[in-house]
Amino acid sequence: MGPLVPDLIGNELNFVVALFIGVAFGFILEQAGFSTSKKLVGLFYGYDFTVLRVFFTAGVTAMLGVIALGHFGLLDVSLIYINPTFLWSALIGGFIMGLGFVVGGFCPGTSFCAAAIGKIDAMIFIAGSFIGVLIFAEGYPLFEELYKAEYWGYARIFDTVGMSQGQFAFLLTTAALFVFWATTLVENKVNACLPAGREKSNPEFRPLKLYMGLTGIAFIIGFSAFFLPDVKEVYLKEVEDVSYVNSYKIKFMTVDELAFRILDNDKSIQIIDVRSLREFKKLSLPKSLSFSVNELFNKSVEKILTIKYKKNIFIADDELTSKRAAIIADKLGYVEPVFLKEGLSGFKKEILEFQMPSEIKSRRETDTFRFREKASREIPVLIEKNKNKIVPKKESKRAIGGC
Amino acid sequence: MNATKYMNPYLAGFFLGLLLLATIYITGRGLGASGAVKSGVVSVVQAVTQAHTEQAKFYNEYLQEHENNPLKNWLVFEVIGVLIGAFISGLISNRLKFTLEHSPKIQVRTRVIAALFGGLLFGFGAQLGRGCTSGAALSGMAVLSTGGILTMMAIFGGAYMFAYFFRKLWI
Repeated sequence: MGPLVPDLIGNELNFVVALFIGVAFGFILEQAGFSTSKKLVGLFYGYDFTVLRVFFTAGVTAMLGVIALGHFGLLDVSLIYINPTFLWSALIGGFIMGLGFVVGGFCPGTSFCAAAIGKIDAMIFIAGSFIGVLIFAEGYPLFEELYKAEYWGYARIFDTVGMSQGQFAFLLTTAALFVFWATTLVENKVNACLPAGREKSNPEFRPLKLYMGLTGIAFIIGFSAFFLPDVKEVYLKEVEDVSYVNSYKIKFMTVDELAFRILDNDKSIQIIDVRSLREFKKLSLPKSLSFSVNELFNKSVEKILTIKYKKNIFIADDELTSKRAAIIADKLGYVEPVFLKEGLSGFKKEILEFQMPSEIKSRRETDTFRFREKASREIPVLIEKNKNKIVPKKESKRAIGGC
Repeated sequence: MNATKYMNPYLAGFFLGLLLLATIYITGRGLGASGAVKSGVVSVVQAVTQAHTEQAKFYNEYLQEHENNPLKNWLVFEVIGVLIGAFISGLISNRLKFTLEHSPKIQVRTRVIAALFGGLLFGFGAQLGRGCTSGAALSGMAVLSTGGILTMMAIFGGAYMFAYFFRKLWI
């Protein structure tokens, strides 16, 4: 599950990744024509809307991609960087940048791109941006109040305007398509009365099949993300069905085996307790970890459930809930999850609060009862000892980003 | 040899979108540019006057976040990549040339002043707005951040608002 940094890709390697991403970024910008200020400011005068086309196609593509990856459980959206919202600085900063755009003819990314192919005006623009940053840095005490005013947190636009994510994404995509069409009309009109010699900036679609194919793929991915329910919803719904849970084939562990392994200090097992944190704090088995069923879908759990040579045993109060959690883990692709037969309530009844029955039927029962009797004395001691050792979970942090 | 034609903008946008998506998937963050300028400014100021960076809040905060090494920043590496990538692209499309582009109606001096001043405004605005067209507007749109989208609307809105007054620079 993404993001791959910092678990799969270390922070140092991330700098190498940054370099390669930068190479691709610079290459695409230059190929698109972002290395000339004439083309960049074209959209503000109606003669060339290349910037708008590239920008919105990229934005919509990435947005739909993020939604789709999150939807299919491939990307933990709670860990990615969401630009924080500070209302006034966002708006005023944006206006100043807009002014800088029409005056200077570049934005920072495109100025680097243009400077790389020898545009001297771009190099001057970069020098200017250094001065601009320096002014902000030196005058920071003056701007700090405005900079930090009206903080809305990591607000998402669809929440701000009161829509669902899907509705907003659909609206934005439709708006982009409309704008593409409308700006082409504007462009044709403006260029018709411009002096000859100005190149036509209408894009060509050749080979047409390639463009049709790419659009088709984008549509299928986009629509599937909106119309297929997401992985989490599907799994949670499936395990609500008791007959489905009962017929699902998955390994279990008996309370006796679990008791034996706990007493044996078996390091190859890992107990995943899916009860609420409050109950967990009241009573929890030694070395057990507390996760809610919802958390199983997060990336933070991935690291723990995939530790090598550790068998994950899912426990909850009753057997059904224990099995449900194990089934979800199984469906998420974790190797051989096990549930506790009879659940934690069974464990309490048979082991912790064990009462020697008056009648013993077989030799085998004698052994079992003798073991349970011993366990009922020793495990509570372990539980008591473990109480001080309950470690708070390490929360994965959101990635840091922005400029 | 003539320069090769530019890529179809929708195709370039599609590739750029995929790149941004890959960046988010791999690193959890988006693309950017102005942050590298900030790193550059902090490291220059640090080299010139160490004492000042220890006192002034802006530098102080930044250096603490970067283990006292302002250039050890993701965006610095990314922007070095941008320079390389754009250079390669210019090379294969025959666009490498030292030129100072300006509208034939204005003088070189006007263009130089405008570029310098435009850069200054953009650099300042990107600090206030916590990101530029790439870091705030494009990456913010991809993750549907309210702040990012507001900044994007303000950039384009502002540019259209002011475009009329600076038309002589371009058309």
